[in-house]
Amino acid sequence: MSKTKLVIAGNGMVGHQFLQSLADSGQLANFEVTVFCEESRLAYDRVHLSAYFSGSTAEDLAMGNAEVYRSWGLNVLTGEKVAEIDRTRKSVTTDKGRELSYDKLVLATGSYPFVPPVPGHDRGQCLVYRTIDDLEAIAKAAKHSKIGTVVGGGLLGLEAAKALKDLGLETHVVEFAPRLMAVQLDNGGGAMLRQKIEALGVTVHTEKNTQLIDEGEQCFHKMNFADGEVLETDLILFSAGIRPRDELARQCELEVGERGGIVINNYCQTSDPAIYAIGECALWNKQIFGLVAPGNQMAKVTVSHLTNGPDSFTGADMSTKLKLMGVDVASIGDAHSRTPGARNYSFVDEREGIYKKLVVSEDGKTLLGAILVGDAEQYGTLLQYMLNGIHLPEYPDTLILPSRGDDQQTGLGVAALPETAQICSCHDVSKGDVRAALDTGYCTLGDVKGATKAATGCGGCAALLTDLVNHELEEMGVEVNRDLCEHFPYNRQDLYNLIRVEEIRSFDELLDKHGSGHGCEICRPAVGNILASCWNDFILSEKNVALQDTNDTFMANMQKDGTYSVVPRVAGGEITADKLITLGQVAKKYNLYSKITGGQRVDLFGARLEQLPPIWEELIAAGFETGHAYGKSLRTVKSCVGSTWCRFGVDDSAGLAIELEDRYKGLRAPHKIKFAVSGCTRECAEAQSKDIGIIATENGWNLYVCGNGGMKPRHGDLFATDLDKKTLISYIDRILMFYIKTADRLQRTSVWMENMEGGLDYLRGVIIEDSLSLAEELEQQMSHVAATYQCEWKTTLENPEALKRFRQFVNTNARDSNVVFVEERQQIRPATPEEKADIRAEPIKLVS
Amino acid sequence: MSNKTIWTAVCGQSDLIPNSGICALVNNIQIALFYVQKEQSVFAIANHDPFSQANVLSRGLIGSKGDDLYVASPVYKQHFCLKSGRCLDDENTNIQAWPARIENGQVQVFF
Ligand code: SRM
Ligand SMILES: Cc1cc2nc3c(=O)[nH]c(=O)nc-3n(C[C@H](O)[C@H](O)[C@H](O)COP(=O)(O)OP(=O)(O)OC[C@H]3O[C@@H](n4cnc5c(N)ncnc54)[C@H](O)[C@@H]3O)c2cc1C
Ligand code: SF4
Ligand code: FES
Repeated sequence: MSKTKLVIAGNGMVGHQFLQSLADSGQLANFEVTVFCEESRLAYDRVHLSAYFSGSTAEDLAMGNAEVYRSWGLNVLTGEKVAEIDRTRKSVTTDKGRELSYDKLVLATGSYPFVPPVPGHDRGQCLVYRTIDDLEAIAKAAKHSKIGTVVGGGLLGLEAAKALKDLGLETHVVEFAPRLMAVQLDNGGGAMLRQKIEALGVTVHTEKNTQLIDEGEQCFHKMNFADGEVLETDLILFSAGIRPRDELARQCELEVGERGGIVINNYCQTSDPAIYAIGECALWNKQIFGLVAPGNQMAKVTVSHLTNGPDSFTGADMSTKLKLMGVDVASIGDAHSRTPGARNYSFVDEREGIYKKLVVSEDGKTLLGAILVGDAEQYGTLLQYMLNGIHLPEYPDTLILPSRGDDQQTGLGVAALPETAQICSCHDVSKGDVRAALDTGYCTLGDVKGATKAATGCGGCAALLTDLVNHELEEMGVEVNRDLCEHFPYNRQDLYNLIRVEEIRSFDELLDKHGSGHGCEICRPAVGNILASCWNDFILSEKNVALQDTNDTFMANMQKDGTYSVVPRVAGGEITADKLITLGQVAKKYNLYSKITGGQRVDLFGARLEQLPPIWEELIAAGFETGHAYGKSLRTVKSCVGSTWCRFGVDDSAGLAIELEDRYKGLRAPHKIKFAVSGCTRECAEAQSKDIGIIATENGWNLYVCGNGGMKPRHGDLFATDLDKKTLISYIDRILMFYIKTADRLQRTSVWMENMEGGLDYLRGVIIEDSLSLAEELEQQMSHVAATYQCEWKTTLENPEALKRFRQFVNTNARDSNVVFVEERQQIRPATPEEKADIRAEPIKLVS
Repeated sequence: MSNKTIWTAVCGQSDLIPNSGICALVNNIQIALFYVQKEQSVFAIANHDPFSQANVLSRGLIGSKGDDLYVASPVYKQHFCLKSGRCLDDENTNIQAWPARIENGQVQVFF
């Protein structure tokens, strides 16, 4: 059988989905595929385009991959577009003059931003927001602009406004309609959204009809509105809607809609059955779908049709949920209550900035639509009510009224959803698909995401998917238990709150009140750690001693042979000659292996249990303190030498590092915490790989958060720039205490951030804007910890009860004969079992 | 080693650390002693950790799994039953356990 010659015009999001589906169908071998891609880049994630301005690169956004396409045997030509179609000869000609014949042709040409033909719209610095190239042009223009204006207050316009804001411009939005997001929201919702967005510093102008753009006086442009008002701006972004790219269809005389769009049937065929159209260029049932999910569905239907499958396109739900400048907005179904007889319920909370509306059928039984602004938590639930026609509760308003502490359950149990209920619209994953994935053995949320792709698009369905997976696993008898362990029916965050609120000061008290059994090696250290974060009592006091992991109990890290390492604090890596000499003398006296650590300090290995107190006695006498190398606590604040010596340094990074290490030393947290401070952007201290990273700038300090080396490296996110020291420290206080309050056991800040709903923006809200009204409390809690710092080794040496533990044997001064060293590179190392057998008779001599 | 088992005093009650372990050397054998305060009971098992080959079990954390009291090795975290010395993670591994009690302020092991 000869191969079907398949030509695809367009490699955007839907074009990519088409290729992916074709590959997934396993029938690639029957086709000879050529893809023309007008842009210079292969398909990328347009939905997350704005992320380009908050740190994502073109690679991060990429979807199509040349390697992968090649491995599928596709012929992909970038930077080349189809210019003409000859339907009689069944061939296409490109803008480069190439001619190619086809058996089947797929148009996935997307749409273009509509620019209203206002006189002056073609002046320089008038841009659109659709492609990565557009973004690059915007960033370039923003460099010499102060004020930026978006024309169009719809979904994309507001997204574009955020981009301008991120670029540091004074931002305006000009909208023709009387409210924002007129398509998705009603007057109440639009007003609430406006209020929230204006609070973020964006000026909104509604009912403004731009009539002329000409030379400004203070700025590059002057916009002249029909009502006589004017607005001066340096940069204009048009976001006044999209228009299908149907120029090829018009050229070869396929049927197009009155207002544009290539007409398709239920199999996505155009008026010429050999030509398909999918995505935003297609018009189905007089409708254009400006979202990616319906486009993806069309792609799948086309693949099915080309491979003789049964699928057909039957329309798509246009409900949306998004976060615009940190504000949750959602619109479901018949949001404008156009259905005859529809009844509305609404709820407004002006203080919190929340607006919610339900549109309910005349008989009150089913949900027709909804609008949520300011709090869209119920989106998933409401969407399922609407899509599946599930019967509403007797009082539907309970679905949008805030819960007032009584445990009235308003959420819709996932159990109630039918098998066909769509969980993820981006990737068209139904409840049945999720269950099927679980049946084939996938058994974690991550696995199910990987297998079905659910929740990997816009992310709007993540909460629902989690509920469903947990519910199904429970049904299958798999225990999905978020409890810390069998002794406490709580997770770490719950325990933290109980300990804080009830002022619980010991493990036994917590176990009596809220737990059972004897505790274990999970809950004991976790609770010990929380107690330390909250109250900072001596960790070896009688009530605390049995809680610590062995390393904390002996305030040293146990090595493979049962001996310990000793790591004194060397704040910022700065150390005097005298202190270095002391370290050398102690190492020599006790015959310890010495090594410079990766954290800019010295580790002394091979100390026996009973040697720890005398070693520390000598170190403390010389002015050292414990380095907490054993604790889930602050480790080191790495520094570079900074402006004091370095010719490039712009500020005293070493000085700041020492100050920070002194402030946070001893702080217990869910996991260890590392800092670094660099004196300039050369970044010699590698601050961007730390939980808290700080880099000096000409105007202050830049703060990076949630970086990590270790098993899964992650670069820190730029959290705030050009801070003065006081603000910097108050932010760090808040961030660390918020981490301590909300993270899971043994969760580094990197993973904490990655699991945080709302991510970096949310954290900024909590820390900088104080959105949870916690800032003061967090700072106070940190001040308490800083003020109650004690060097645990010093306290231990003064405490005979605590010292009792540092005996190898309670009943004799003998040593552990199993600890045997040999020499290597002029230092000791633990003997191997074979070596031990040989030399046990005569262990090497150690001073003590 | 004597081949006659008797209750042998190994240390004073005040040497014990509540809900934690200490180590005693008896007839050249290292014994880990644990004191569970809630039940006022003392347990004796070998101090040698068969997984890491280090003498460290007395420095592990104690806990309970259902009714079983255990110690978790501080090195690789295997669990050993305090009463029987049975390894809860590997049925082929057992360590020695001895009966132990507190008598007149003394800790005694049936050794
Ligand atoms: C000594 C040192 C290696 C060295 O010879 O340089 C070291 C040694 C240990 N590291 Fe480390 N890490 C040392 C720097 C690092 C660094 C580099 C750094 O801090 O700049 C990293 C990567 C950076 C990071 O953490 O983001 C590092 C990532 C880890 C990890 C993986 C953490 C992760 O989140 O993926 C572990 C395992 C863990 O903590 O669970 C670990 C755990 C350990 C432990 C505690 C393992 C253990 O339980 O026995 C080692 C014992 C230390 C001891 O006995 O004193 N160590 N470790 C370094 C001590 C620094 C210090 O002065 O405190
Ligand atoms: C900033 C922004 C935010 C968005 N947010 C969301 C969101 O949150 N949710 C959502 O569902 N949707 C969102 N969208 C819409 C979504 O991106 C589109 O629905 C989706 O990209 C449509 O895919 P497509 O393949 O049809 O078109 P496109 O992705 O535009 O791809 C079409 C491609 O075809 C190329 N092309 C055109 N003509 C030719 C030719 N003759 N020959 C060769 N190539 C050609 C174009 O250059 C383009 O690369 C957003 C869009 C933008 C711009
Ligand atoms: S980061 Fe900058 S200031 Fe610090 S040592 Fe490197 S070059 Fe010098
Ligand atoms: S609905 Fe967008 S990712 Fe699932």
